[in-house]
Amino acid sequence: MKSLLKMTWVEAKLFLREPASAFFTLIFPLLMLLIFGAIYGANPVPGTDSTEAAIGALIPAFTGMSIGIVGLMPVTITMATYRENGILRRLRTTPASPLMIMAAQVVVVFVMTALGVLLLMIAGKLVYHVQFTGNALSLAAGFTFCSLSFFGTGFVLAGTMPTARTAQIVAMVLMYPMLILSGAGWPRELMPAAVLKISNFLPLTYVINLLRGLWFGESWGQHLLDVGVLAVMLIAGVLISLKTFRWE
Amino acid sequence: MDAIVQVQGLHKTYGATVAVEDISFTVGEGEIFGMVGPNGAGKTTTIECLEGLRKPDRGMVRVLGVDPQHDSQTLRLRTGMQLQQSNLPDRIKVWEALDLYASFYPKPVNWRELLVQLGLEEKRNTAFSKLSGGQKQRLFIALALLPDPQLVFLDELTTGLDPQARHTIWDLVREIRSHGKTILLTTHFMEEAEKLCDRVAILDHGKIVALDTPANLISSLGVEERVTFSVDGTLPPAFTAALSTGTRVEVQGDRVTIHTVNTRQVPLVSEVVNLLGSQQISFHDLRTEQPNLEDVFLSLTGREMRE
Ligand SMILES: Nc1ncnc2c1ncn2[C@@H]1O[C@H](COP(=O)(O)OP(=O)(O)O)[C@@H](O)[C@H]1O
Ligand SMILES: [Mg+2]
Repeated sequence: MKSLLKMTWVEAKLFLREPASAFFTLIFPLLMLLIFGAIYGANPVPGTDSTEAAIGALIPAFTGMSIGIVGLMPVTITMATYRENGILRRLRTTPASPLMIMAAQVVVVFVMTALGVLLLMIAGKLVYHVQFTGNALSLAAGFTFCSLSFFGTGFVLAGTMPTARTAQIVAMVLMYPMLILSGAGWPRELMPAAVLKISNFLPLTYVINLLRGLWFGESWGQHLLDVGVLAVMLIAGVLISLKTFRWE
Repeated sequence: MDAIVQVQGLHKTYGATVAVEDISFTVGEGEIFGMVGPNGAGKTTTIECLEGLRKPDRGMVRVLGVDPQHDSQTLRLRTGMQLQQSNLPDRIKVWEALDLYASFYPKPVNWRELLVQLGLEEKRNTAFSKLSGGQKQRLFIALALLPDPQLVFLDELTTGLDPQARHTIWDLVREIRSHGKTILLTTHFMEEAEKLCDRVAILDHGKIVALDTPANLISSLGVEERVTFSVDGTLPPAFTAALSTGTRVEVQGDRVTIHTVNTRQVPLVSEVVNLLGSQQISFHDLRTEQPNLEDVFLSLTGREMRE
């Protein structure tokens, strides 16, 4: 336990020392909100429903986007380079277990993503006066569930790809279509039918559906499909991550 | 002397490559035991089989009384390992690495003392990637000492270091041994093995070609002495003729080397200098050379031990 805490703390510091990962988790969602906010209405007037609602809907979408980016990029890159550079090799000579190493990564990226989302919400509130009408606890639970379901992907990629470079490329190839087609950037309602079909195959779609529903006060029961898909991802992610973990 | 490491008939192949072929040896408590040999001789394969990182094809291996394949946790707790190839995250600071690795062990030594002992105190806040080769190596030694291990494995610990850094590390290894620890190291520097190790196993092509103390290995060559010098002009045949029997003369350009393999009454060097004087041959750069482990390797394998 002591070593898990130490490792988590050290990994958190390392995460923040890496400018790219700190930027994409903490700053990028906020930046997206400000850019889209500027597009939707340069001077949001409190009380005018349309702008507020449009910007309100962006917050769960960008939260989902953030989960997608973090699950695929920092987790994959960190784990794959740790293996390729012999960092895991050094750890292997100590009593540290794979489970602890992965748990420390999960805690770090989860907390960082949560901080980024918190910044996003604060900005929504302060700049655009977004009103949150859902249940905060339910939303927090949904955020945690979605994050954990998604983070497994990074470990699986890191464990199965032959080199850090291929892992990173595959992660990017998976990430871009998801960001564009899953409703993270613009609402699925505006997509043509053919694109909608594709988006049904993208796991991030279910993250965003669930988060958006919870954000607007819908219940978990109204999102059984999303919950089902993500639960399968969660279980598969944990099992395959442990199975595919390689020290070198 | 209790055996800390026992190896009997260790064998390991990679595809068609036989990396280690039927190796046997034991390491006693408190010893500095060295495996020396050229690159590809099988040193890393052997040491990593002992560390539990590679699985032998066959043969018996016991380290601290346990089989590394079946009880790797015991080894991880009670031995320290410095690997030929391993790394730390670029941006981790020296103190953070020590603090983190210390947390893995139930009773670690105080890492702040190790920091001082290994001369890394000034670098405690430096990122790993900003350390010099010698500093990284000292940090890896510090990490290997954290569990207060009974046995320390050091694989190629001075490769890539300048001579000064190398001497610092040698002193460190002797100091570690003086605290009662057993050390098993590998090197491809014969000089390192000779100066540092109590016993040396010379490896070549996956086999142990000799195993003894450096002194015994060298004296097994016979009492060879060598004197070399440079002559101005050519060496007159009269010189060679006047030398006592049991000597051999080798000339390369203006450089003359005289070998002897006999035990002698008069040291070879006195005879050579007297002769040069009496025959009025002008010479310079006269030197005597003792045989060393390089010569042992040469005589055993017929090859120079160079990279
Ligand atoms: N993982 C591996 N896969 C295939 N061949 C290997 C591997 N490791 C070592 N070898 C081969 O085994 C032989 C011994 O290598 P090694 O044990 O690293 O020697 P040393 O440490 O003495 O330089 C070499 O021929 C090397 O190429
Ligand atoms: Mg080696």
